[in-house]
Amino acid sequence: MGRKLLLDKLDIPGINTFQVYRQNGGYNSVEKALKTMTPDEVTEEVKKSGLRGRGGAGFPMGMKWSFIDKKSDKPRYLVVNADESEPGTFKDRTLLDKLPHLLIEGMISASYALGANTAYIYMRGEFRWIFPKLEAAIDEAYAAGFLGKNILGTDYSLDIYVQPGGGAYICGEETALIESLEGKRGNPRIKPPFPAVSGLWGCPTVVNNVESIATVPAILNMTGDEYAKIGIGRSTGTKLISACGHINKPGVYEIEMGLPVEEFIYSDEYCGGIRNNRKLKAVVAGGSSVPILPADLILKTANGEPRLMTYESLSDGGFVSGTMLGSGGFIVMDETTCIVRNLWNFTRFYHHESCGQCSPCREGTAWMEKVLHKIESGHGKMSDIDLLVNVAKNIEGNTICPLGDAAAWPVASAIRHFREEFEYHVLNSDKVKNPKHFELEPFSPTLKPVEPQPLETVN
Amino acid sequence: METGQENVQFSEETLKVIGKIIKRYPEGKQKSALLPVLHLAQAEFGGWLSAPVMEYVARMLHIKPVEVFEVASFYTMFNLEPVGKCVLEVCRTGPCWLMGAEDIIAHIENKLNIKAGGTTADGMFTLKTVECMASCGTAPMLQMGDHYYENLDNNKVDELLEKFKNSQQ
Ligand SMILES: Cc1cc2nc3c(=O)[nH]c(=O)nc-3n(C[C@H](O)[C@H](O)[C@H](O)COP(=O)(O)O)c2cc1C
Ligand code: SF4
Ligand code: FES
Repeated sequence: MGRKLLLDKLDIPGINTFQVYRQNGGYNSVEKALKTMTPDEVTEEVKKSGLRGRGGAGFPMGMKWSFIDKKSDKPRYLVVNADESEPGTFKDRTLLDKLPHLLIEGMISASYALGANTAYIYMRGEFRWIFPKLEAAIDEAYAAGFLGKNILGTDYSLDIYVQPGGGAYICGEETALIESLEGKRGNPRIKPPFPAVSGLWGCPTVVNNVESIATVPAILNMTGDEYAKIGIGRSTGTKLISACGHINKPGVYEIEMGLPVEEFIYSDEYCGGIRNNRKLKAVVAGGSSVPILPADLILKTANGEPRLMTYESLSDGGFVSGTMLGSGGFIVMDETTCIVRNLWNFTRFYHHESCGQCSPCREGTAWMEKVLHKIESGHGKMSDIDLLVNVAKNIEGNTICPLGDAAAWPVASAIRHFREEFEYHVLNSDKVKNPKHFELEPFSPTLKPVEPQPLETVN
Repeated sequence: METGQENVQFSEETLKVIGKIIKRYPEGKQKSALLPVLHLAQAEFGGWLSAPVMEYVARMLHIKPVEVFEVASFYTMFNLEPVGKCVLEVCRTGPCWLMGAEDIIAHIENKLNIKAGGTTADGMFTLKTVECMASCGTAPMLQMGDHYYENLDNNKVDELLEKFKNSQQ
């Protein structure tokens, strides 16, 4: 069993209430921070932990905090990114729904470190049933003296508010989120200036993911040095992985960084293997935006090393043979999956969610969607495949925000690793006209999905 | 368009909630209340945002009507046309597709005899397709009102439609 720092108390009945949460050691980290540490010492501890942002980009959190402009005379803000909308990702939902006090506890120490007296939780509007729960937890924290004026008798004060989104993937991007919080359309801003200097209403702002902030209590309780001992190298601590797709046990798992991917997929403690005893075909390991990898490359790197659940190991091989840990949205596809059809859907998603500010993203995603639909429905030409590669290349790196890259990488990687399948679609237009082409007859012309060996010893 | 909403007013209770919401932001930044207030407006005024409702919200927050429209049209949760009593929002993104969302959507379309985006003639159901709802591990799924209905199959959908219909009688 791996160590759990976030979900360890998930199954305690009533853990969503202040009383039970507090009885189980909740809010101890706030006492420690506010009564025995300076704000800079809190930041220092987070730096030592090596924690990297859990929202997808993996930027070291302590470093991000230290960039906040403390010389400015404007108020400073902490904004928690609870927009959770990257396809394949549903981990923050567990924290928000079941462990609201863990998030609030983390927010208090984080806001203290930043010198923020107001913090917002920007939560996707669709989580309608979570709003009252989260607000009830915040009310409890006020009543217990952990929020409001002079927390625990110190001279530190903090207010927390929950803000709903309106249904727009792009508002997960931190500057679009800030725009949305200001009551505008979610159009990402050009950086610099970075939010740490000019964010919400032009004030210094730090935006962090729910899981990142929910990890702060563990770091402060155990110290940053101890936290950094978990995991491998620069991938410290534990990470929530939301696993979905063709597996026996979809769900949210807390893993210690460094767990072999093979164990994660096949062990009964985690995904429990591929459903219906089918073969693994491909995995999108970190939310829909990261490159797709075929079975052989997700289980082992190009050098034959076992692939591990770490930032470094997953990206080993770069864009040629690697991928990214991203948000931890782990999407598993078995041999009946049509890669082209899946990619068409993803591309349609990015086209739908493009905010439309930059022409490469707006036009490129529309074009790729159209071409993919053509190929998938049996009307494609061989030259369309290279056309897709070309369009993807022209989007990548040429846009205001990373949504452009996020739309380009899945296309580029799918064609890199599954070109034969695209060609098969062009050559067998009659067969692919049935939308269930591979569901009925698993795809295996020459490109055989590798057969992974189930783990012999799973402890 | 005649909407019958020319003179709408929030209930006393909602006005109190809005008063509180505006206090969440620094003075002069009441525009930040726009999204929360639009959600309240949609819930209170028939499930969609008509032009008079948007103008009302604009007056309330001291912003221009176009600022409200700009926002309402950007976010998919806001309906700019009338909807049925029950709005079914079915996820159609990749992970849900892998688990059969396409079939679920087709099943609902057939059963209700409408296409995604449409409303049944009796005004009972609107079918909307939406993007990933953070429910991929329990796919396929749909949202109706405050709830997510997960791990759907055709039988479950049939039961749900029946249940939703009865809840409106
Ligand atoms: C298109 C797009 C969507 C994003 N969606 C989310 C999201 O839903 N949740 C999230 O925490 N971060 C999301 N991010 C990343 C944020 O921009 C930002 O990096 C993150 O919230 C920072 O928090 P962290 O450092 O704690 O990870 C998204 C980024 C992009 C480009
Ligand atoms: S890359 Fe796409 S989503 Fe991002 S700012 Fe440009 S158009 Fe908008
Ligand atoms: S893809 Fe449907 S909930 Fe995520």
